[in-house]
Amino acid sequence: MMTNTGARVTQGQFSFLPDLTDVQITAQINYALKNNWAVSVEYTDDPHPRNTYWEMYGNPMFDLKDAAGILQEINACRKTFPNHYVRVMAFDSTRGVESPAMSYIVNRPQNEPGFALTRQEVAGRQLRYTVTSYAVDKPEGERY
Amino acid sequence: MSAVPASVPESAELNPVTTDLQALYRDSGIDDVLTQLDAELIGLAPVKLRIREIAALLLVDKARRTLGLSAGAPSLHMSFTGNPGTGKTTVAMRMAEILHRLGYIRSNHLIAVTRDDLVGQYIGHTAPKTKEVLKRAMGGVLFIDEAYYLYRPENERDYGQEVIEILLQVMENQRDDLVVIVAGYKDRMETFFRSNPGMASRVAHHLDFPDYGVDELLQIAQLLVARIDYRFDDASLQAMREYIALRIRQPHFANARSIRNALDRSRLRQAGRLFARAGDGVSLDRDSLMTIAAEDVLASRVFSGGRDLAGFSGNTKD
Repeated sequence: MMTNTGARVTQGQFSFLPDLTDVQITAQINYALKNNWAVSVEYTDDPHPRNTYWEMYGNPMFDLKDAAGILQEINACRKTFPNHYVRVMAFDSTRGVESPAMSYIVNRPQNEPGFALTRQEVAGRQLRYTVTSYAVDKPEGERY
Repeated sequence: MSAVPASVPESAELNPVTTDLQALYRDSGIDDVLTQLDAELIGLAPVKLRIREIAALLLVDKARRTLGLSAGAPSLHMSFTGNPGTGKTTVAMRMAEILHRLGYIRSNHLIAVTRDDLVGQYIGHTAPKTKEVLKRAMGGVLFIDEAYYLYRPENERDYGQEVIEILLQVMENQRDDLVVIVAGYKDRMETFFRSNPGMASRVAHHLDFPDYGVDELLQIAQLLVARIDYRFDDASLQAMREYIALRIRQPHFANARSIRNALDRSRLRQAGRLFARAGDGVSLDRDSLMTIAAEDVLASRVFSGGRDLAGFSGNTKD
């Protein structure tokens, strides 16, 4: 039974909602800026849930005070990687927190084939489960 | 306030037929900024007039929008021309605040840059560098000081041209994201605009900053000393007037900046004088610590026919 019928990757915020529009993204960025979080853009074509570290697109924008500049960067990244996953992160640098405070996907490939569940039988009829994306058989950059 | 017409009668705020310009004016808090501008900037009558006109235009636009009339965002890119020390940077700072109060820009911040911050050192370095600066300025004001350095006709492969092209594109397409103010000396800016017609046509407002007269400079001097808790007595005020009258005719006179430098040197001499007296066991009161005496001003080399030290720093920024 498929629980995620659209086969859309659901990780980070808003991932069960329809894709955010530029206006909605701007509102989210403004919220991050209001909290003094540094916004950064990342991309990957390996959306495995355990793949925490995506590639950075440029540096985190510590010095930007307005959403327009950040949206420009997001759009530049979408244009460069139209068939990759692109996410926007907001990093909270408060001492003691020092971790991402927001993370949401702003771009996804046209076609998301989803993940395969592999069951491996080991000693004593035990089962081990592995999740593999159907897309990652091909080399990086040719997956979607 | 005379520039803001008050022809529309008072009415309910949500009335769709009329709008209250006076109320809009009050609510914007722009009055404080303009009053402060009047109080802290001596002279510069044409500049202040133009700022009032821009403020009025933006308010009228706001009023039009409440009545459903079309109000396309006016192009507010500006060019400030004038001799050194006439207050171009100071006014640009204020401009950011005024435009912010009027809701034209989203945040009250000004990024001041020069050629160095925009032009790269090798092929392909310029565009990212310029875009980086533009991104930082988004939502506010980008102030390009000595903008004419961007255009170097003697070197056709100069990267400055690339900066101008990127700037033009952003000035046209993202008019509601940032306001660009270019500044520089009048004659060189004119050459700059003549050789970059695209730039000239996108800059709607040309503000010329006139040189200050002796009286205005004296007022500026008084304002400057008051700001740091000093003051002139009658004799030193007279001495300062004479100093300004002489200094104004010397080369490399940089208006308010020269005055500030002269005041710094006067403070130096005052400190030296007080220190010399301290050797005699005289204790100082508040008054003598605050007062710049005539001898502190008169010791300047300007009075003995020589050039004051300002001649060497008059044209450089600090």
